[in-house]
Amino acid sequence: MADEELSETDRSWSTTRRGVLRDAIGVGVATGAYGLSFGAISVAAGLSILQTCVLSLVLFSGGSQFALVGIVGAGGAPMTGAATALLLGVRNGFYGLRLSRLLGLGSWRRFAGAQLVIDESTAMAVARTSPRSARFAFWATGLSVFLLWNLATFVGAVATHALHDPRVLGLDAAPPAAFLALMAPRLRSREPQVVALVAAIVAIASVPFVPTGVPVLLAAGVAVLAGFAGSTGFGSRNSSSDDDSSAVEARA
Amino acid sequence: MWPAIIVASLGCYAIKLLGVSVPRKWLAHPRVAHVAELLPVSLLAALVATQTFTDGRHLVLDARAAGLLAAIVALRFKAPFLVVVVVACLVAALVRVAA
Repeated sequence: MADEELSETDRSWSTTRRGVLRDAIGVGVATGAYGLSFGAISVAAGLSILQTCVLSLVLFSGGSQFALVGIVGAGGAPMTGAATALLLGVRNGFYGLRLSRLLGLGSWRRFAGAQLVIDESTAMAVARTSPRSARFAFWATGLSVFLLWNLATFVGAVATHALHDPRVLGLDAAPPAAFLALMAPRLRSREPQVVALVAAIVAIASVPFVPTGVPVLLAAGVAVLAGFAGSTGFGSRNSSSDDDSSAVEARA
Repeated sequence: MWPAIIVASLGCYAIKLLGVSVPRKWLAHPRVAHVAELLPVSLLAALVATQTFTDGRHLVLDARAAGLLAAIVALRFKAPFLVVVVVACLVAALVRVAA
């Protein structure tokens, strides 16, 4: 951790920034491919093109959007879809708890930044080891995904044919692969590895028994338990990222 | 349809805003900070698992698992992000064609 902090002098910052920007655009492109199928599925479910685009602009959280139009498309009540979407959206609130310390979002930036708190921007930000690159990764990824997701939604909604089965071209394998790739740098020490594994097992094991959206939230419980039980156990990694956060606050 | 869209959209934005608006003092306690730090990892790991191994409320093992395995291999070889995603899609699509 300290290595990257030290190496991130102004000279190498442009190199770091270029790398982060390249990844951010990559994430946007990958998400955009999925956005095409969202637009198509949504229109196939009976929503208008305008309704589809409003979801991508204002709701802007892929999992929630797919759940909403999926339930409506299967003949469910729209409000049931909305409730499921909200349940799935709760994780973004948890992401915010982590990001607000890391990013030091002040005043009006918080209102813009809040909309960009999604899986992709969070994963990119927490994978960085210096506060400056974390902040840059958050905004670059959030904006890149926002632009391409909305553009792709519109194109997909207009060109509904052939796209409403994301299994074509294996597109349904894209999100898990993407999240794993984004999370990978965080999984180099023992504690996050264990937490990730237990969270995954808890989520899968609970799927048959609880409503959609709840399994992922149960995984949040794993973080809470591990955080309280193990806060003295794996000190080194931890304390250095606390330094990161306080550095953000000092600069903000 | 519109009421559901408005409720879901504004509700999800409110959740996001609430998360980033929790006073930093509340999060300053080392244990709370530690929990907040572990949250993204646990949520994303759960997301990867459910997106790969479930269909609705059923557990399934299908081409997506092969895609995820391919992604892990690609990550082992330090492949760049887009390559990891494309490899996962290709392998999942190929497994489906073969099946």
